[in-house]
Amino acid sequence: MLFENYDPLKGEMLQILDHEGKIVNDKLEPKINKETLIKMYHTMVLGRVADEKALQFQRQGRMLTYAPNIGQEAAQVGPMAALKDNDWLVLAFREFNAMLFKGVTLEQAFLYWYGNERGSRYDDDVRVLPINVPIGSQINHAAGVAYASKLQKKDEVAIVFIGDGGTSHGEFHEGMNFAATFDLPMITVIQNNQYAISTPRHKATKAKTLAQKAIAYGIPGIQVDGNDPLAMYVAVEAARERAIKGEGPTLIEAVTYRIGPHTTSDNPKLYREDEEVERWMKKDPIQRFKKYLIDKKLWSEKKDEELHEEHKQNVLETFKHVEETGDVSLEEIFEHTYENMTPNLVEQMEYYKEYLKQGGNE
Amino acid sequence: MPNKTILQGINEALDQSMEKDKTVVVYGEDVGYEGGVFRTTAGLQKKYGEERVFDTPIAEAAIVGSAVGMAVNGLKPVVEMQFSGFSLPAYNQIVTHVARFRNRSRGKYHLPMVIRMPYGGGVKALEHHSESLETLYAHIPGLKLVIPSTPYDAKGLMIAAINDPDPVIFMEPKRIYRAFKQEVPDEMYEVPIGKARMVRKGNDITIIAWGALVREVEKAMELVPNVDAEIIDLRTISPIDQDTIINSVKRTGRVLIVHEAVRSFGPAAEIISLINEKAFVYLEAAPRRLTGFDITVPLPKGEPHFIIDPEQIAYEVKNIMAFEA
Repeated sequence: MLFENYDPLKGEMLQILDHEGKIVNDKLEPKINKETLIKMYHTMVLGRVADEKALQFQRQGRMLTYAPNIGQEAAQVGPMAALKDNDWLVLAFREFNAMLFKGVTLEQAFLYWYGNERGSRYDDDVRVLPINVPIGSQINHAAGVAYASKLQKKDEVAIVFIGDGGTSHGEFHEGMNFAATFDLPMITVIQNNQYAISTPRHKATKAKTLAQKAIAYGIPGIQVDGNDPLAMYVAVEAARERAIKGEGPTLIEAVTYRIGPHTTSDNPKLYREDEEVERWMKKDPIQRFKKYLIDKKLWSEKKDEELHEEHKQNVLETFKHVEETGDVSLEEIFEHTYENMTPNLVEQMEYYKEYLKQGGNE
Repeated sequence: MPNKTILQGINEALDQSMEKDKTVVVYGEDVGYEGGVFRTTAGLQKKYGEERVFDTPIAEAAIVGSAVGMAVNGLKPVVEMQFSGFSLPAYNQIVTHVARFRNRSRGKYHLPMVIRMPYGGGVKALEHHSESLETLYAHIPGLKLVIPSTPYDAKGLMIAAINDPDPVIFMEPKRIYRAFKQEVPDEMYEVPIGKARMVRKGNDITIIAWGALVREVEKAMELVPNVDAEIIDLRTISPIDQDTIINSVKRTGRVLIVHEAVRSFGPAAEIISLINEKAFVYLEAAPRRLTGFDITVPLPKGEPHFIIDPEQIAYEVKNIMAFEA
């Protein structure tokens, strides 16, 4: 079994596609169909282009705070490709690529960061919970989703993402222990991007790996090259199989790197060296996946240029549309507090309308 | 006297307190090496070392819970919750332990600690970064809740909070961290906790506010130049300065309380109750409150509907002045 072969205590890390884009573990190379491989790549490029543009929009004062994903595309897309449409995605906040792969639209994803709650109202058939900002708390939600799947004998799993920083939080422990205790069909992916804002991972825990935390819960934990989409796919595929069989949750540590800032409010130059960033840029997930696809004759440089151009246009047009339609009405800020507005809320809204009618300022 | 911002006032208070008192320690998420996401603690780690100024894992309950232990064992911890919206994982520690150690041990233990947290809206932030949670803390017996609105008070109240024998929640109005400067003495001084600040004397109406909204009230008065308002900056939400409020309302007979915290069961409700109990016969108009709506603070695109601005304050002042029984 996969997980037995990679002991996190011995520093064993699953890798299939190396930094150069070469298969280094052909026995484990997954048989992913062509459409899915292309969808994975498309999503990663779209995510990258969207990230780069969002950072520009933010600098131009058109986008609010933004948390970029650059460098973490494989850690998000690999797992999603290994899941089924009816599986649930439970988010932290740096899973832009996972969201896109799962059917959140680019417009919705942008709308959220633009500062509009409608960006968390995904389409009805998209099983994604809204972005979850309070660190670590989403693990417990995923455990509950998984419990409901199990109780109702639904053939589905919940995947939940968390950062390396989130594993320091009490709720990480509570949620993992809860899910393990009840053998819940849950998969936890830690995006270990090495930093909790300014605090490096090694200053947040004495544990050599984050995957080894699984041992205490009595479940498998595995360290995976998070910039290798194939390895991430394989690990999640195996974790899903366990989950569906009723064997319980799995903890997957995706070893990756946050190339960009924590958010646009952050200046990483205050706490890390440029050389470190450059070192990680050489392990870029998109470059190595592209090479893999070209070697498999599924892709070409020409197609790549076209795709980048297509996505650029798509991103620019989508964001323009977000700017044109992204305002929030007065009614909207009141009407989702309860199923029906309470008399209190009606009174407060009417008061404000009266104020506006009298010439008041928004 | 040099001009300083609120942020500099707080930083200086921490710096001088650490210099003077070796038992003061400062910690929280990103407060050490980076000096805080707002740079409030900038320079402290370099000056006082990694043992007294340090970064913690993301674990608010651990930050506050460990401060309880430190305070019991001879230290004066000043800890940071990165945003007040993220103080809630520590709320259990704060309510069930921080507020109760003195009472529980019948005075054997007391907790000289400060829990700092930037709070409030108007900074176009993401979810959980804009809350005004005064009510949650002011409601808990055993806690003091302080909110400065000027650089001078920020420094003096922080020093007072560190020296206070009881736990103090110190909410910082992040919207005005760097908004303006004021003359702030270089030497150490205390601004007393529990005493409101008379911003401006007046006879027509008493307006009570705190934090970032004090300035908004001052700006509002320019829009109603015919009204001679008395403005009170509450500065300490709990324990409340009853005397200043009651004496003022007895003279003016009219009162408006302005806060960004949501309306129902909020601080204004408490203040109006006090006024009804102690100054009822002096009232010439029904007391009113201008507050956040009873909703989740909207994300930035909807936030302008929520934020209280000078125009709205002036509108309310006119309403009260026009009141006829």
